[in-house]
Amino acid sequence: MSRIGPGMVPAPLAQLPWKVLLLVLAVGCFGLVVLYSAAGGSLYPWAYSQGLRFFVFFGMAIALSRVPERFWAHGTFPMYGVILLMLLGVEALGAVAGGSQRWLDLGIIRLQPSELMKPIIVLTMARFYEILPASEIRKFGALWPAAVLIGLPAALVMLQPDLGTALMIVGSGVAVMFLSGIPLRLFIGGGLAMAAAIPLVVNFVLHDYQRNRVLVFMSPESDPLGTGYHISQSKIAIGSGGIFGKGFLNGTQSHLDYLPEGHTDFALATMMEEWGLMGGLFIILAFGFLIGWGISVSMRAKTRFGRLTAAGLSATIFFYSSINMLMVMGLAPVVGIPLPLISFGGTAQMTFMICFGILMSIDRESRRKQRW
Amino acid sequence: MLKVTEASQTYSFSRRALLMGGAQASIALVLAGRMTWLSVFENERYKMMAEDNRVSLTLSPPRRGWIVDRNGQPLANNRTDFRVDLIPDRLEKREETLAALQQMLGLTPEDMARIATDLKRAQGFQPVQVKESLDWERYAMVLVRLPELPGVQATQGFTRNYPLGAGVGHLIGYVGAASAEQYKESKDPLMVTPGFKMGKDGLEKTLENRLRGTAGAKRVEVTARGKLVRELATRPDVPGKTVKLTIDAGLQEYCARRLADNSGSIVVLDCLTGDVLAMVSMPGYDPNSFSDGISQTEWKMLSGDDHVPLMNKVLQGLYPPGSTVKPMHALAVLRAGISPNATVNCTGALQVGRRAFHCHSRRGHGAVNMERAVAQSCDIYFYSMARELGYDAFAPTVREMGLGQRFDLPYTSQRFGTVPDSAWKEKKYKQPWTIADSVNASIGQGYVLANPLQLAVMAARMAQGRAIVPRLLLDGVHEPAPSLGIDPQHIQTVRQCMWAVINGGGTGGKARLPISGIELAGKTGTAQVRAITSAERSSGVLKNASLPFKLRDHALFVCFAPWDNPRYAASIVLEHHGHVNPVTDVAPTARDIMTFLFDREKAMASLHALEKGWGGTYSERLAQKSEAFKAAQAAAKAAPPPPVPEDAEAAASNVVSEAANATVPVGDVAGRNEDRAE
Repeated sequence: MSRIGPGMVPAPLAQLPWKVLLLVLAVGCFGLVVLYSAAGGSLYPWAYSQGLRFFVFFGMAIALSRVPERFWAHGTFPMYGVILLMLLGVEALGAVAGGSQRWLDLGIIRLQPSELMKPIIVLTMARFYEILPASEIRKFGALWPAAVLIGLPAALVMLQPDLGTALMIVGSGVAVMFLSGIPLRLFIGGGLAMAAAIPLVVNFVLHDYQRNRVLVFMSPESDPLGTGYHISQSKIAIGSGGIFGKGFLNGTQSHLDYLPEGHTDFALATMMEEWGLMGGLFIILAFGFLIGWGISVSMRAKTRFGRLTAAGLSATIFFYSSINMLMVMGLAPVVGIPLPLISFGGTAQMTFMICFGILMSIDRESRRKQRW
Repeated sequence: MLKVTEASQTYSFSRRALLMGGAQASIALVLAGRMTWLSVFENERYKMMAEDNRVSLTLSPPRRGWIVDRNGQPLANNRTDFRVDLIPDRLEKREETLAALQQMLGLTPEDMARIATDLKRAQGFQPVQVKESLDWERYAMVLVRLPELPGVQATQGFTRNYPLGAGVGHLIGYVGAASAEQYKESKDPLMVTPGFKMGKDGLEKTLENRLRGTAGAKRVEVTARGKLVRELATRPDVPGKTVKLTIDAGLQEYCARRLADNSGSIVVLDCLTGDVLAMVSMPGYDPNSFSDGISQTEWKMLSGDDHVPLMNKVLQGLYPPGSTVKPMHALAVLRAGISPNATVNCTGALQVGRRAFHCHSRRGHGAVNMERAVAQSCDIYFYSMARELGYDAFAPTVREMGLGQRFDLPYTSQRFGTVPDSAWKEKKYKQPWTIADSVNASIGQGYVLANPLQLAVMAARMAQGRAIVPRLLLDGVHEPAPSLGIDPQHIQTVRQCMWAVINGGGTGGKARLPISGIELAGKTGTAQVRAITSAERSSGVLKNASLPFKLRDHALFVCFAPWDNPRYAASIVLEHHGHVNPVTDVAPTARDIMTFLFDREKAMASLHALEKGWGGTYSERLAQKSEAFKAAQAAAKAAPPPPVPEDAEAAASNVVSEAANATVPVGDVAGRNEDRAE
């Protein structure tokens, strides 16, 4: 199978997008450094396990990059069906156990199906619009199946209740719809309808604690010790860091526990307290480069599935990172979305690496086709 | 409709992907902008907020300034105090911890209830007092178990100490924890720092600003959960300033002890400078126990005592001065141009209009001149002079000598009595002044009221003819006061008269000093507090010993020594003494305290002999009394206890003012009556 490429490097290795891999590796290791500091200068309890998982998932992403694009395309709908069933299963388990539950205990790992749904919804939408004949794109038939495909998992996740993930599923799916060429006026109209619906959603759909977070987001100082505490303390951590930060292991907000969730959702604040604006800009640039690379992959992709998937997964990564950063800096409500590669937690890591792996796989496909 | 083809779809995809990328880039710019805004432009503000989070400031109460006597001997100082507090936020196992503390420190159910309410009100790191003034054993017990009792804080602080105890209670006052109102008013966090005490009465209250000092502070780094990480900086407290008084601690204590069980007061002044050398009101309360927070039992004992230990009699007690005003009236007579040799025939009574005014000597003194009149305290002589001259001729001299005058001393409440004259009566009662009024006032009864300090000032001003003003704060060297401009011949005559009271066969012979070469000049006085009806007079006036305490006469005395070049003046007032106990009577008391000023050892020797019979010093007797009272209380426990004021301190001030008010009617009763002095 393997051929010798130019120079001494084996072709499969040479085909890998090394710049991007190194960037992900760098950000991931930086994340471990942040977790090391968040634990007060200790590998435990976070940095060590996060590091192990990181390299496992990193390897998995490289493995995924070897999967041919067509496999993804054909496997999409079955995968979608399985994950939807798993979501239903989680709901059913939760109902039986008498509480809300988000994961399935598979013995080895606790699987969070809603998390898997994030990349899969992108594949599903891409596959749907690939199958859809070009002439149908302006018709109603291009719209309602997509709405159902997005709506079902989003509604199930919303029931868990997990507002952040539901929003991301909807966002990623809609992004692919947008890219597929659906008439723009639908998006403009939809956007207006959503703006009109926000007050209704806030008042009737959201749980009390979710509504509270939205209200507190509007004026965090109104509740400095309650829900607004998260945002206030996070802003203090970021603001007090200054341009160059307080220095590694010198953060007070995180080390003295003033910053809640300093190792998970608010890891960016933990990092910026010690590394300052420079650390923050590094993260923005790194994700910007990564997403830009994803879009360039989509531009180069030869198939419609490849194009839509690559751009859609880039959008997923964008949603992930930007919503987290907006939240941490007080520009969005606290919805509980971690920062990929930095925040502690296996599920976000896994989702990111799946996205990354599929992106690399599409990238590889496009290069191969170019050469042939 | 435009035909949508594969190619056009790819084209639209590229455009839309670029559009999306652009939107994402603009969000990235917003993020970068927000980061910059927070960490560059708002950096200062957030840095400060992070510091506020991290650093917690704990105050340590400043050491209170000492109050020392004229020789530097402490009247109020600070002693080391062991205390235990709770930090609510660090308390983990609340019930277990409280139970352990109760067992180790022997906390009463009252204590536990107070701690529970304090904990409910407390917030964050504001410590809640568990117990102060612990002995070393109990403190050490808590210290050893601290690691297993999170939230418990054992500290070593300072507490106020009054070495002379009850002897300086009224002079110095006492301290106590700030009240909730005081904290609300000032918002000073020091007010709610455990161990902080502020002046509540007397000098401690009025000199608060000088005595308080500046609190020490400790900056510590704490976690959000309140765990102490490390100490950052400590600013030591600045102790309050020392205040030096004119008081002579030895004399103060001697006077307090010499008063025995009397309800009385002694003031000793320097005749030249007006320095207050002693100012004693007994029985007193022990400011040490007030500063620790007085127990209900102790409070009950003090407030129920008919010797009013909660009242400062020197400044708040008003008494008819009785015959102690006679030398001063003699001075007024001299100033009216009447010769000291002019005589009046005393027959035992003087008829004024339809009323007869009696002399204390029923048989009469016969022919009396000024010296004999003062020495024998003949009432008829002064009745006649007042009838002839009118009291309006006396009143200016009386005021000049300090009666009715308010002195600027650092105390919150003083009562300064009355010097009556025709204008005063017209204004107050809308009635004309009568000859009977003059006659009554001439022997210090009727409307005349004075406090013991004024009587001492009177003695001192007559002794040297100087316009002395009593001073309590010793700031720098006190110069002798300026002269009042009294004819030296008159002063000499008055001194001679007062010398005769003690050394010339007069009424105060018991006050003669046991020191060769130093002779005392003085004047006795008796103030009647009840009406004597003519029926009682005809059947024989009741002896004081057979009267209930509250109806007995007040015994008074003023004096100065040495008689020919006076240095010290004193006044002694014994409430309801009635001259029933010859040992504790005013004259021997005056003798002993004046002896103390010239020969301390001799005075102490006689006091020691006396105290053996009294059952020890006032501190020892107070302790015995408390024990007896507690035992009686315990015995009477079966009966329902009378309602006790919740706030002992507020109630204390109530009782003090009630007692002060009560004195006025007593004086008024005396005022309504005529004659009977000596």
